[in-house]
Amino acid sequence: MKPERAHRTLYDKIVDAHSVRMLDAASGLLLLYIDRTVLNEYTSPQAFSGLREAHRRVWRPEAALGVVDHVNPTAAGRTRTMPDPGGQLQTDYFAKNCAEFGIELFDVLHPMQGIEHVVMPELGAIMPGMTVAAGDSHTTTYGAFGALGFGIGTSDIEHYLATQTVIYRRLKNMRVNLSGRRPQGITAKDIVMALIRKIGASGATGYAIEFAGAGLGDLSVEGRMTICNMAVECGARGAIAAPDEAVFAYVADKPRAPRGEAWERAVAAWRRLKSDDATEFDREVDLPLTSIEPMVTWGTSPDQSMPISAAIPDPRTLGDADKRRDYERALDYMGLAPGQSISSIKIDRAFIGSCTNARIEDLREAAFVLRGRKVAPHVRAMIVPGSSSVRRQAEAEGLDLIFKSAGFEWRQAGCSMCLAMNDDVLAPEERCASSTNRNFEGRQGARGRTHLMSPAMVAAAAVAGRLADVRAMDVPAMDVAHGL
Amino acid sequence: MCAQWMCPQWMWRMGFEHFAASFGLAAPMPAANIDTDVIMPKQFLKGIDRAGLDAGLFYGLRFAENGAPNPDFILNKTAWRDTRFLVVGPNFGCGSSREHAVWGLRQFGIRALIGTTFAGIFFDNCARNGLLAIEASSSDVALLMAAATDPKRNHFCVDLVNQTITTEDSVIRYQIDESRKTALMRGLDAIGVTLEGREAIALFEDMHFAQNPWLRPS
Ligand code: SF4
Repeated sequence: MKPERAHRTLYDKIVDAHSVRMLDAASGLLLLYIDRTVLNEYTSPQAFSGLREAHRRVWRPEAALGVVDHVNPTAAGRTRTMPDPGGQLQTDYFAKNCAEFGIELFDVLHPMQGIEHVVMPELGAIMPGMTVAAGDSHTTTYGAFGALGFGIGTSDIEHYLATQTVIYRRLKNMRVNLSGRRPQGITAKDIVMALIRKIGASGATGYAIEFAGAGLGDLSVEGRMTICNMAVECGARGAIAAPDEAVFAYVADKPRAPRGEAWERAVAAWRRLKSDDATEFDREVDLPLTSIEPMVTWGTSPDQSMPISAAIPDPRTLGDADKRRDYERALDYMGLAPGQSISSIKIDRAFIGSCTNARIEDLREAAFVLRGRKVAPHVRAMIVPGSSSVRRQAEAEGLDLIFKSAGFEWRQAGCSMCLAMNDDVLAPEERCASSTNRNFEGRQGARGRTHLMSPAMVAAAAVAGRLADVRAMDVPAMDVAHGL
Repeated sequence: MCAQWMCPQWMWRMGFEHFAASFGLAAPMPAANIDTDVIMPKQFLKGIDRAGLDAGLFYGLRFAENGAPNPDFILNKTAWRDTRFLVVGPNFGCGSSREHAVWGLRQFGIRALIGTTFAGIFFDNCARNGLLAIEASSSDVALLMAAATDPKRNHFCVDLVNQTITTEDSVIRYQIDESRKTALMRGLDAIGVTLEGREAIALFEDMHFAQNPWLRPS
């Protein structure tokens, strides 16, 4: 496909390189070839049923991987029996679908089972320049590798399975410049939360974000995954960072990465994956990292957040009546009052997990804080590793011992209380410090109250028994790349 | 003035959707960022088919904890009982990709949504299921929101052919992509249409793997 512009963004280059044909030039609709997908048990069933009803086959079964992650329990000694009949129905139907259509499946008890967006990168299934569409909004995670990942609904999963393509509308380009160096104690999670607060929950709707700037190179590949993952919470349906040596090194030793001559050729091509120097973006956002503080949400939308040192905003100061009503409703739901200092908020639960923050570096981050400390007696705290591989790695490093002696439950892999589709749920009005990505009403359980933050901040809150500033805790510099 | 008799009869067939125009009641849902967890809570996501999702629509808002209808929720009030259109706040449908949200809206009888912005995945899911999501200017949405809020003025006519929304005292025009309009009006089988070009996909694939051999899955 011919480039439309002389200077193109990385996003446009990937889209151009995967355009099978234009469908509607006026509205930017095209048929986009998809290199990989990952399927889960809860958004895929109706797609398989649709294929069956129409007597269609899967175009390229080996490009898909099935992973059970949303409905499975995370307690020790789990089996293939799900806690509820609905979950059982879904996991059984999923196993049948994968078997009949020839798709590889990581079932509940598979040694590589885990959250889809944690499993795919650790396999080496995600590589720079590729397209990945999957039935989960956080497919944006793969942008950390310089891949274009985006979420699709079930009808589009069916379309993908039958044709290896999706009908795709080209997005506009936004560049987010992470300028300056990130201060000690500030994590990737704080950066992306600060971005969402700055541009709003729909600030990037209609855009693909490209992360750039000195602050990006400073972040580990897993940190970049956290940022790209959560970019969907400001509406971005694509969040990319140009791949660099750190990315190549990360992919290199993964089980399904290319080897030998194929690897050399691939890396040579990947080095060219970047936006042209003279490219103009439709929107530029500057996010200076030097002034970022640890971030915490106080409301029920991911953009309703504040630095830990701040107080809950007063809706009466807002000029916009709609916004005032939304704020008031959020405060009412969360059981909070305007002007209350954020660090005075007492918690009942602490949760470290999810595709945003349950990789090995996230667990190391929490372990730095928890080593030699104890969870406050009134707090129930749990850690759910992102995958069974992450769990094994953490145990090899002895992190599980730190967690357990601090008073955290050390559980098995899955989405767990990120969306509480299994048996891990908040009771009504229970308040949780959570390393997840959505603080929506009822997300972690009916009338449950979620405060989003980094794993380090969850650990700090668990110890203090209330939301607390991890920087005040005398934690050694967190070298998450190497661990304790 | 729009009069009911001036509206082309709305045309829906269960199963596949053929939309020309639709007449009915509109309800206001002005809150920003109404997410798909709120539209279709997780306890309704445990099926393997599309059935029964009308029961789960806005469950936490529609029902009190004891299961009784919440009298304060707009769709439970007499004047909005047979709502066909929702005038919604910005970023409606954000969050999870769950298409169950759209299936539930359709099964509940919602034909169209009108708002300033919709979340991307949700917007596509609407198009795939014959639910007309209309992006209108904030002044038009404000006007329609006011009309939908007033039980004396909340009869709307949503016309897809002419791209208009008519209320008792105003007519607004909206934009929609030609391809989405055609799909909504004719109810095309998108997969069937794509597969008519299967050779082009196969040719593309050959070229793609020749240039990027490491991308060929094995
Ligand atoms: S961890 Fe949470 S956000 Fe990620 S895939 Fe699972 S449910 Fe979705």
